[in-house]
Amino acid sequence: MDKPVNNRAWFLVLPVLVLVAFSAVIPLMTVVNYSVQDTFGNNQFFWNGLGWFQEVLESDRIHAALGRQLLFSAIILAIEIPLGIFIALNMPKRGFWASLVLVLMALPLLIPWNVVGTIWQVFGRVDIGLLGHTLAALGIDYNYVNDPVDAWATIIVMDVWHWTSLVALLCYAGLQSIPDAYYQAARIDQASRWGVFRYIELPKMSGVLLIAVLLRFMDSFMIYTEPFVVTGGGPGNATTFLSIDLVKMAIGQFDLGPAAAFSLIYFLVILLISWVFYTVMTAQRDRT
Amino acid sequence: MAQITFDNLAHSYLPAPKADADWALKPMSLTWRDGGAYALLGSSGCGKTTLLNIISGLLHPSRGRVLFGDRNVTDLSTAERNIAQVFQFPVVYDTMSVRENLAFPLKNRGMPADQIAARVDAVARMIGMTDTLDRRARGLTADAKQKISLGRGMVRQDVNAILFDEPLTVIDPQMKWELRTQLKALHREFGHTMIYVTHDQTEALTFADEVVVMSEGRVVQAGTPQSLFDAPAHTFVGYFIGSPGMNLLDAEIQGTTARIAGTTIPLAAPYAPPKGRVQIGIRPDAVRPASEGLPFRLIRTEDVGHHRILRGEVAGAPFNLVVPEDQPIPAAFDRVALDPARIGVFVDDWRIEPLERAA
Repeated sequence: MDKPVNNRAWFLVLPVLVLVAFSAVIPLMTVVNYSVQDTFGNNQFFWNGLGWFQEVLESDRIHAALGRQLLFSAIILAIEIPLGIFIALNMPKRGFWASLVLVLMALPLLIPWNVVGTIWQVFGRVDIGLLGHTLAALGIDYNYVNDPVDAWATIIVMDVWHWTSLVALLCYAGLQSIPDAYYQAARIDQASRWGVFRYIELPKMSGVLLIAVLLRFMDSFMIYTEPFVVTGGGPGNATTFLSIDLVKMAIGQFDLGPAAAFSLIYFLVILLISWVFYTVMTAQRDRT
Repeated sequence: MAQITFDNLAHSYLPAPKADADWALKPMSLTWRDGGAYALLGSSGCGKTTLLNIISGLLHPSRGRVLFGDRNVTDLSTAERNIAQVFQFPVVYDTMSVRENLAFPLKNRGMPADQIAARVDAVARMIGMTDTLDRRARGLTADAKQKISLGRGMVRQDVNAILFDEPLTVIDPQMKWELRTQLKALHREFGHTMIYVTHDQTEALTFADEVVVMSEGRVVQAGTPQSLFDAPAHTFVGYFIGSPGMNLLDAEIQGTTARIAGTTIPLAAPYAPPKGRVQIGIRPDAVRPASEGLPFRLIRTEDVGHHRILRGEVAGAPFNLVVPEDQPIPAAFDRVALDPARIGVFVDDWRIEPLERAA
């Protein structure tokens, strides 16, 4: 077959290239540029090679933040994914209650991050917060400002409150697309409730579940605003996650070089872990 | 296995049905013998799926009883009724292999593993899937998946009935024919009671020993394919069965004659003077072109291979003739002759019998 060759066609993709260049490539390249240079102010830059990368990779402080970050994401996924599935399975399928539950479920998703942080910051205060005061009144020694475990618990509960709806709504959409015939067939085959879940619902949800896992992983791995508002990274460094550390470095201390190197590594770690999730979950599905 | 009896069965999806039209299934009583092949035939929304769901226990009837043998199963759940069902779209457990799919109903009922293996092998042979037993079900074609559904239905030997809900809808035409033949063979060989729901008359007439024709929630006739063709009890059956369907003409009946738009034609037997809207019905193959009889206006001729269909009008109503290939058609004719023995008389759409058969 003859293919007409016309190089003017390249002009047609030019707008997209320009858009992508301005929105992604150029900003990313400035970061790359900072990451290999040092500056002492005055807009003077000196070549520093891979020095900053080495410093970041060898920093105990950043290792600790990465560890906390991984633990945080692991806990978030371990709670929100099963809980979201459980909620989705128990949501009404149709009618007035289905609409009402959908609206209620969507509410936390509509609240801005910093407002969520503020809500929980106040909610958890021992002196005036409903949660903090109640716990204190019950004789539980709860104080997220001083106690690292309490600080973690508060942030995890806050994230679960904020984002489990997303997982539940995605799973709900997946469940709604299963034709009734599957459930009827399962009844005829005398499948147990677990069997229905394991062999019908879970396989049919696998697509949306992959999206839910990826979204929740990326979001929780990049979490910044809520812990910043609630704990400010404390007590000590107990809730200083990667992004909080990064912002301190870039804006607090204005260490542009190390911060840029840090950003790039951060980005690559997210990309790598997302790729692992994607590969593992799709391989599971496509196995024949 | 058991005989299936419907005793004054009726169903409405409304909580308090009043008008006739509120009933999705109007009161009906029928008995189906053990091991028979039955078809529920009717157009969309005629109530055939409602009836099927009542048999399978997915729907509780508003009135009446369903009996399997002597046992009243009306209040029993689907699982307790011990039936199998093949759905319109293939329902397979995607993540399981074909073998696991077939074994699933047995495993859930706690059958020992060696018996399961033997039974699965036997069913795989029946449906011709021995070679693909260890393939994952997800990647298979629609007809292979539908065979798995069928196999899952047949894997339990003690099922009371196997229900088919338009099982060939998503199957390619060529595979349709093959699967239907296979189904028929399986029925002959293993003698399960099979109930087949379809809107396709060819499927119903070729599959079933007895066809139940439904229209607007009513069972209009139940009988062998031959009796539906020769003596439809309702104009709907006459029109729905056969291709083209029965010709229906408004008529006045007087004894052994019918008068249609000013022309009188003989009937084979005398009828009592009927009340209501009177029609005569005749199959297109019982009519031939003639020089006398009813005035006919030919509109077009269709050659469909082994016969030709002449489409036209009698007294303003559509009227068709089927002429065998080897029989010549006169170059010009404006009348048609009807075989008196094959004329049926319908009053308000229901067939009436003559007072006595003419000798």
